[in-house]
Amino acid sequence: MGTVSFLLVVVVLTALAFDFTNGFHDTANSMATSIATGALRPRVAVALAGALNLAGAFLSTAVAKTISGGIVDDAKVSLVMIFAGLVGALLWNLLTWLAGLPSSSSHALFGGLIGAVWVGAGGSAVQFGAVVEMILIPAVVSPLVACVVALLATYFAYVITRRTAPDQARRGFRRGQVGSASLVALAHGTNDAQKTMGVITLALISTGALAHDSAPPWWVVLISGMAIALGTYTGGWRIIRTMGKGLTDIEAPQGFAAETSATAVILASSHMGFPLSTTQVCTGSILGAGLGRRLAQVRWGVAGRIALSWLLTLPAAAAVGGAAAWTAGHGTAGVALVAAVAAAAAAGFWALSRHRPVTPDNVNELPARSAERVEQPAV
Amino acid sequence: MDIHWAALGGVFGVSLGITLLTVVLFSLGVAAQPRDDGAGHGGARSHGAHRTATATAVLCFCACLAVAVYGLTLIIGG
Repeated sequence: MGTVSFLLVVVVLTALAFDFTNGFHDTANSMATSIATGALRPRVAVALAGALNLAGAFLSTAVAKTISGGIVDDAKVSLVMIFAGLVGALLWNLLTWLAGLPSSSSHALFGGLIGAVWVGAGGSAVQFGAVVEMILIPAVVSPLVACVVALLATYFAYVITRRTAPDQARRGFRRGQVGSASLVALAHGTNDAQKTMGVITLALISTGALAHDSAPPWWVVLISGMAIALGTYTGGWRIIRTMGKGLTDIEAPQGFAAETSATAVILASSHMGFPLSTTQVCTGSILGAGLGRRLAQVRWGVAGRIALSWLLTLPAAAAVGGAAAWTAGHGTAGVALVAAVAAAAAAGFWALSRHRPVTPDNVNELPARSAERVEQPAV
Repeated sequence: MDIHWAALGGVFGVSLGITLLTVVLFSLGVAAQPRDDGAGHGGARSHGAHRTATATAVLCFCACLAVAVYGLTLIIGG
């Protein structure tokens, strides 16, 4: 019993820590282009995104889905595997944040779980058909769809406003961006906060603290919403810089087109039951907005590094998740060891980030050389 | 392996349609907005044109707002 309670507390804390990284990893999705075009001041933007994420956590009437979504066999998932999967996802999120790369938090979570379940319960517990259908195909398709939609939208926005005074156009589109960015942030809160609620609820059910098929208790909704909102408010400035300034030069009409495309693709797909990664949709639409304006420069080197991080996210999180599951499988001491190593690694990543900090004050500057160095994956 | 081409095509078609509708309407609104500086304006005719322009812009922005509210209902409805 002592072991179970200790493990449960560790799982809940790890889930909240993951939720926090999920928040600050994804601030860029909704706010990067608004910050880059000056539609919102950096600190105002993250405060707005944080508040909307918190609101989003409470708004959705959908019950927090099963965390795995059919990718692994839920009946074979133990508390230790959930913990190990969360550690894998958490560490990959921190590493990509350090490198300023917008990788998908959902893919990291799925990857960590796949690795942990594979090691803990064998390869048969991983449903590879579902992995292809729910992760691989959307991962290829969603950025392309968002890119094409944003490209056309940007093109039309510039054609229609070509006789408009540049000042007037910029002011108009900046105001529009506040609305479009807010919708992305709200949609994000309803989607991503649910994942952590699902993890914590499943952990509570598996220890018998909650009845089977229970909805998340109010305090789980509250702490999950607060963790993701706090993470969002903290702002992953490194990723915001990459998405707002690194990938391409964004002007207000492009920002509006990119955010509107991202919102439309996310809502259309979630409405039609087609799972997409918010991060990949937003990155794709920013790339499309860059391609849709004549003379806009798209930095393909940055785009390539982002694509590489997407390829690596699932296997890398799975490897860490698997190793953590193997270690944590050796009883309480193993769990404590994994938790200690994860905490030390997180502290190490944070310390490394202090060498070349990206803050609200320098988020819109792109020092060419240091940006190159910062963005080198540290693997 | 089961690829839902219909769902994929649906997502692409719907998001393309909604996005273009919103962005085109918003751009028309921005373009229709009367110039604030008022340079070269004066007389009854341009006063009428000013009003028409303002009405067009307001109409466009209201249509965009309607799309946004629809999006909001989709988010809240889950």
